[in-house]
Parts: sequence; structure tokens; C-alpha cells
Amino acid sequence: MNRRLRVLIAKPGLDGHDRGAKVIARALRDAGMEVIYTGLHQTPEQIVETAIQEDVDVIGLSILSGAHIPLFKRVMDLLKEKGAEDILVFGGGVIPEDDIPVLESFGVKKIFTPGTSTREVIEYLEEYFKNGRN
Amino acid sequence: MNESLKKEKERWESTTLKKVIDRFPERKKEFRSYSGIPIERVYTPLDIEGFDYLSHLGFPGEYPYTRGVQPTMYRGRFWTMRQYAGFGTAKESNQRYKYLLSQGQTGLSIAFDLPTQMGYDSDNPLVSGEVGKVGVAIDSLEDMEVLFSGIPLDKVSTSMTINSTAAILLSMYMAIAEKQGISFNKLRGTIQNDILKEYIARGTYIYPPRPSMRLITDIFEFCSRNIPRWNTISISGYHIREAGATAPQEIAFTLADGITYVEAALSKGLNVDEFAPRLSFFFNAHNNLLEEVAKFRAARRMWAKIMKERFGAKNPKSMMLRFHTQTAGSTLTAQQPDNNIVRVTIQALAAVLGGTQSLHTNSRDEALSLPTEDSVRIALRTQQIIAYESGVPETVDPLAGSYFIEAMTNRIEKEAWEYIDKIDKMGGMIKAIEEGYVQKEIQDSAYQFQKEVEEKERIIVGVNEFKIEEDIKPKILKVDPEIERIQIERLQELKKKRDNRAVKSALSTLKDKAKTDENLVPYIFDAVKAYATLGEISDVLRDVFGIYEEKIFI
Repeated sequence: MNRRLRVLIAKPGLDGHDRGAKVIARALRDAGMEVIYTGLHQTPEQIVETAIQEDVDVIGLSILSGAHIPLFKRVMDLLKEKGAEDILVFGGGVIPEDDIPVLESFGVKKIFTPGTSTREVIEYLEEYFKNGRN
Repeated sequence: MNESLKKEKERWESTTLKKVIDRFPERKKEFRSYSGIPIERVYTPLDIEGFDYLSHLGFPGEYPYTRGVQPTMYRGRFWTMRQYAGFGTAKESNQRYKYLLSQGQTGLSIAFDLPTQMGYDSDNPLVSGEVGKVGVAIDSLEDMEVLFSGIPLDKVSTSMTINSTAAILLSMYMAIAEKQGISFNKLRGTIQNDILKEYIARGTYIYPPRPSMRLITDIFEFCSRNIPRWNTISISGYHIREAGATAPQEIAFTLADGITYVEAALSKGLNVDEFAPRLSFFFNAHNNLLEEVAKFRAARRMWAKIMKERFGAKNPKSMMLRFHTQTAGSTLTAQQPDNNIVRVTIQALAAVLGGTQSLHTNSRDEALSLPTEDSVRIALRTQQIIAYESGVPETVDPLAGSYFIEAMTNRIEKEAWEYIDKIDKMGGMIKAIEEGYVQKEIQDSAYQFQKEVEEKERIIVGVNEFKIEEDIKPKILKVDPEIERIQIERLQELKKKRDNRAVKSALSTLKDKAKTDENLVPYIFDAVKAYATLGEISDVLRDVFGIYEEKIFI
């Protein structure tokens, strides 16, 4: 890798639970990645715009309010529209088992559910990008 | 006596203890509470030196209220069992409330969806996908009429988790009371109305701190004159704790918020004893049973001192910290979810031993989704078992006088005062929030906690130890996506049939008044009764007040 992995941690929708997003942001930063955190209440449009502007490799979406299906779908649609579907998208939060295949069908690569260690997320990203970025 | 006790303790350490510890070392070098407070092997009178029963504890129902705010506590009546509930449309939530009341619940606690909490109507494109998700969707008085249909407001006490739009929801509640022919002085309940913790930890803010504080003190003033039994605010540590704060941080930041509200009301010209008796609090109950009990006792003693010494309150009711407790959602695990019933039991016990006035017990499946009816019933039964079977409520503050509990109460109080002093020196809580100090302290604690879990310095059963292979597919509750469409239709229907001239006139009056210092509650009440929507009213205030920008850092 010639540069550090750039990650956008984002909170889509109105959900205010940001403990997990902030812990992940900090853990990824401590693991040597460059991390941008959007703050609360981001629209999918804002998230995708930030991701493109900041030229990130990864977007991590955190949501605990149950509105993940429409919001994740909109983010993925916008990424495709803007030709940015090479950005890896993962998600975390209170997401029922049944919804995971639905999110994956939109192109979300990985969903981390409650109880996941930050180590697992770091290892997942390192593994995914071990051969450099595409 | 202490000299001889000290000698005796040294003798015990060098003989009886040493013999055992040499052969069987303790499990750890250092023992700490959940919040990181060092825990000694054994507590004796040496650990509470200077302890004075009357000044430190006193009798229940008397200053400094360490032992409780009522003289008989649960011998008089149990705490209010109040389950937070609401989802989907007003009609579905109304059915859940009637079910809960029929199961012996004694108070209602309304969960609103995020659009309602943040001042957006259901048809706003910004909220697509959120309607009816984490609570009930309320766009106008019409929805509220359905929500309380068949529930006489003079027979229940109602708690509403609503903050930046609290004045609107309170106005709707008052309008329902009017329609039911019930006078305002019979209304009992609480609005959360605590904006400071929204900036710190919960996130449903709209306006900047100053106009938000004005709305809050407008409510204090209005209620003290019109709805005397209404709790005008629930100053909340719950979400601060959920965000990762320790027990001392939870009470320190909550009481510092409380101080800020009192100061704001005083500077508006209100008399402290006019509004302070209606201030209430809301705390979290975590697993560390004894630390939590000590926390509740410390909070009570501190608030009494703050009100008496700092604000010169004369009315004892102004000095009483009355609080609601909820068990800790953040401690529930998605793994082996039935274990959560046990966690909730310990937490509920802590709240009862700590003298709570009301309690919500979480459901076992909340790390997976919204709780099902079965899970909610078990959660309520947990409270009923503690009330009717455990024997714990039969005497007031049963753990008082335990060397450990008293030492821990003192220690938590000391740590919390240090935070409050620091915040005072920074220029108060609003300053501390604007600078991100409070958020940073909480984030640090949350990150520290996570690291300890990952390094197995903390064991969470089923998560980092005692794991099993399991296929977690419990029955879970899903909100029907159709709800959004139905809600939007209702709203559009309403906008057609209401008297739009009356709406426009009420909103324009509200806008004019928002620019003055006048109390806004009566004007919001008028707008609500004209069936102006929550989003319309919030937009008017957004125009005048502006919106809050979060300070972001990691």
C-alpha cells in the first residue's frame, strides 16, 4: 500500500446513537487508518458526497434505529450513480439477522452485529485490502 | 476505637489473611468496580471515618435524603412500573398501552419516532424510512387523539420521551385533556424536555442551546402556573451512561445539567421553590449492583446539597431528587439473548435498592430489534417479582450502614463533585458542551471500556467468554413499512380538511412571539389546537432560532 486506508464512518438518518460509530472510528484510527467521522443526521446524499470528496476507500455506516434498509439502499444507489461503487461499504448496529442478506444484495459487503470486537473490523478491512486497492 | 481497630486489622492481615493469601492468591492483583473505582478486600469502620449518621444519611424523607425521598418508601406503595413503549401508528400504540395497563402496569411511557422527536412531519423526504420505527409517529393533534383514545388522562400518569419538540407534545396532551373535559390540575406525568443531554449523548436536538433553554424555561413557568402536578423535565443521565460514561460521570454531568436549568429559570425571574419541586431525574441501572446503589444514594445527597446550599431553596420538595430508572440497554447482548433477563433483574434490583420512583425494565431482545410482546411481558414480570416476592421493598434503604455501601457512596460523590467543580470553572455546562469537553470525557470512557472487553480484562458472558455456537433467530418485531404510507396519507388528508387560515394565523403569531421574550407555550398550544402540524410549528421556530451544529471530533 502506498497510502493509508481512508475510511468514512457515517451516521445516516435521524438515529442519535453514536457510541459504536465513535468507538470504531477511534479504533480504526489507532490501527493506522485515516478516519473521517461525519457526525449525526447525515442524508445518504451528504454521505456519498463526503466519501467522494474525501476520496475514501471505505464507508462504514452505523445505524441503530431500524431504518437501515431504505437508508443503506439509497447510499448504495447513489454510489452507483456517481460511479463510486468501488468504495467498500460495511455496516453495523442493531440489524436483525434476516435483513443482512437484503443489505448484501444492495452491495453492502459486510454487516457487523452487536458484540463484534473492533479487532474483527480491523482484520476484515486489512484482509480485504491486503493486495492493495483496486 | 479506630486506633484499636487499626491495630486489629493489621494483626488480621499479618496472620489470618496472610496464611491464606500465601497459599491461595486472590483472583486479581487489583479489584475495581465497573466504573474503575478501586475495591478493597474488606470494608470496616476505618473506611468511613468521620461518618455521621444524622448529617450523612438522616431519616428517609428528610434532608439530605440519602435514604430516600419518602419516609415509608415502598412500604407505602411500590415504584411506578412504567414500560417505555410505542411504535408504528397511533392506533397500534394505543392498543399496546391498553394491553400494558391491563397487565398491571401503572403508568404510560410514550416512545415517539425520530421524526416526531426532531420536528419533522412524516411526509418530509428527510425522514423516509424512519416513520414509526423507534416509536409512534405523531404529526398533529389528530394522531394524539387516536393515541389516547379510551385512556382517561386523569387516571394515568404519562411520561413522554420528548425533548426539542416537548412544548408541542405537551400542548397536544393538554388539548386532549380539554377534549376529555379534564382540568389541567389533574394531569400527572413527565416530559423529558432535557436538551443538554441531547447535545451530549442522545442527538435529537434542533435549535442552538440558548433558544432551546428558553423553550425549557417557558415550559417551567407555564406548568408551575397551569399544570401543577406535571414534571416539567426529566434531567437524564440515562443516555449519558449509555454513551459510555462511568457511574460518577453519569451523576456529575446530570447534576451539572440540572444546575444549568435551575440557573436559567432563576435568570428568567422564577422563584426557585416555584419550579424546583417539579424537576425530576432519570438514571441508568447497570450490572454492578452495589456501585449502582451507591450512585443513586450519592446523587440524592448531592442534589439536596446543591438546592439548599447553592440555590437557597427553602421548600424541602425542591431538594428531593426524584428519579425514574431504566435498565441498561447497552449491557444487553445479542448473543444468548435470554441471559439478558438475568442482567435486567440485577439492574432492576439495583434501582429498587437505590430508591427509584419509577422503573422501566428492558426486554431481552433489544440488542436484536424492537421488543416483542412476550419479551415486554417478561420484563414487566421481573419488576413484579422484585416487588412481590423478593422482600427487598419491605424496609427503607436496606443497604444503608454497610461499610462498603457508605464508603462507595462517599467515593462516587467525591468524584462527581470534582467534575462539577471543573465544569463550573469552565464557565458552566453549556460552555463545556460547546467545547466538547463532556462528550470527550464520555468517549474516552467508552473507548477504554471497549478495549478492556477486547483484552478480556472485562468478561461479558456469552460475548468474550462462555460462547456457544448458536443460530439467533428469535421471534422479532418488525414495523410494517406500510405504516409510513398510511401516516403520510392521513397527514395529507388532514391538511386538506383543517381550517388552513386558522393554521396560518396561529403560526404567524407564533413566529412573531418567538422573536420576543414572551412565553411561547400558549402560542404553541393555539397552533396545535388549530391542527398545525409538528413539522410546521418546528419550522417556524427553526426560522427564528436557527439550528444547532454538532461539534465533531474523534
